[in-house]
Amino acid sequence: MNLSILRPAAPVIAPIESSPGYWSEVFGRVRRDPVALAVGTIILVLLILAVFGPWLVPGDAFTTSMFKRLKPIGTEGFPLGTDELGRDLLSRLMLGARLSLFMGITPVIFAFFIGGAIGVIAGYFGGWLNSLIMRTVDVFYAFPSVLLAIAFSGALGAGVNNALLSLTLVFVPQVARIAESVTTQVRNRDYIEAARASGAGSFTIIRTQVLGNVLGPIFVFTTGLISVSMILASGLSFLGLGVTPPEPEWGLMLNTLRTAIYTQPLVSALPGAMIFITSISFNVLADRLRAAMAIRS
Amino acid sequence: MLSYILRRILLATPILLGVALVCFMLVQMAPGDPLVSVMPPDASEALREQLVKAYGFDKPLPVQFGLWIWHALQGDLGTSIASGRPVATEVMGAVSYSLRLALLATLIGFVLGSLFGFVGGYFQDSWLDRVASAISAVGVSVPHYWLGMLMVIIFSSQLGWLPATGGGPMGQSAWAWDWAHFQFMILPAITLSVIPTGIIARTVRAQVAETLSQEFIIGLRAKGLGEWGLFRHVVKNAAPTAMAVMGLQIGYLMGGSILVETVFAWPGTGLLLNSAIFQRDLPLLQGTIWVLALFFVALNLLVDILQTLLDPRIKRG
Repeated sequence: MNLSILRPAAPVIAPIESSPGYWSEVFGRVRRDPVALAVGTIILVLLILAVFGPWLVPGDAFTTSMFKRLKPIGTEGFPLGTDELGRDLLSRLMLGARLSLFMGITPVIFAFFIGGAIGVIAGYFGGWLNSLIMRTVDVFYAFPSVLLAIAFSGALGAGVNNALLSLTLVFVPQVARIAESVTTQVRNRDYIEAARASGAGSFTIIRTQVLGNVLGPIFVFTTGLISVSMILASGLSFLGLGVTPPEPEWGLMLNTLRTAIYTQPLVSALPGAMIFITSISFNVLADRLRAAMAIRS
Repeated sequence: MLSYILRRILLATPILLGVALVCFMLVQMAPGDPLVSVMPPDASEALREQLVKAYGFDKPLPVQFGLWIWHALQGDLGTSIASGRPVATEVMGAVSYSLRLALLATLIGFVLGSLFGFVGGYFQDSWLDRVASAISAVGVSVPHYWLGMLMVIIFSSQLGWLPATGGGPMGQSAWAWDWAHFQFMILPAITLSVIPTGIIARTVRAQVAETLSQEFIIGLRAKGLGEWGLFRHVVKNAAPTAMAVMGLQIGYLMGGSILVETVFAWPGTGLLLNSAIFQRDLPLLQGTIWVLALFFVALNLLVDILQTLLDPRIKRG
């Protein structure tokens, strides 16, 4: 029997908005936003420095010299002066982009995947699994994030890996909570029900039906964390808990230059300015992205 | 009402237990022998075993955890390895300094944040709103330890108006509410206040904007209510959320002021944590973090309960 006559005629099927259309619209909106473009350019420059820094630096970032200590900004050969050990500050600031951005962004990426997975699983399956996961998340929420990061890296000791681990631990519960709440909102929608009725397994449904609807909000929330993460990561190094000398990292540089605030105040404040510029650029970009995606925070 | 409050406290108990577990685990996951800092380097095996027994390290972990909670609830947080004094005494002395600083910073943040938030919410998308938004964006994304350094550079090193570091004049250990002491608090409090300023400004702006877009505002305008009368309604609608955010900020600042306290050598819990970390004084680290987390949970609970009591729109579910 030919059932094709029972199918509705072509025009009746409403055109379904596909997700690439949505994303290209978001991208278009961001591209027309001058503020987003400005901070995007700053971030691009910082990323270029992070990747190609060693080939771009004008001077020597590692050789120390007691005679060239703490030269002011504008000294011949040292445009931004020298640090407390006589190393070219401009070169160190440029090289510092690599470790500083790495320390700030990596925990957020980890948290996006780990926290996202935990939250989606908790939200989709619900029940006792949800309770178990979300009550654990609540425990981590009972600590102010700065305190949690410092507590863990303080107990584990200084070092890049320990700092990354502590920061990831701080952000995973935050991402998990958002992921859980958006997943809970979609889990009982009709199309999920339909997929279940058609016999699809849980992980197929999550992969094909859930993820497309929850990744956007999770992603936007996570981008907003980079700004905080930059401040926290550099803060750990500032305390002496993150990157160890002589590696160039802005927080650590700010710490070692603290002794010079009476002799070379401007020079000593420069690494902090880099952290600030990076942090506020990511903050504003995340804000603009959120507005472009029209997702309320 | 009382049953609601009791239920909320009961619901917080598992979280408190979890918090205690995290604090307990902090020492467990710390690398190295926890006895290394109390034992002489040439200690004999017999002395070592004696110490292991004395500290209870020979018992299984769950028992150790139980004992730790049991003692902690009685106010016994162990003995600081560096100073030899009880951890509880050390922490309580520092808490009063941190709390003072956090309260002043939150107060400044509340006043400035409400101001910027109201201006931004009332004059949405005007240049005033943009300035207010820019200020709050700076507030939440400035590394406050760097801002603290700038403060010291400008107001202590260059202008010489205020002292750079410390918690009071040299040689005086107790705090007093006079100018000699208070001047030490000004720079750290202003530095710390930028975070609540930014966060409260964002919250208030959103609240004001939302209230102004509601229909009853149009109704009140149509009835001929003046701008000041309207303002009263907006304040009443925005206040509960703003107060709640402010309350939570006190807790965040208490736990998060370690960096600022380090910059200004302010003798609060942050400076205590800092020295605990670098002297590998694990009991002190554990105790300080536990007290701060406890404070944070209690504050959260208090804010939640107060908000429910004050805001009739929230149902006591």
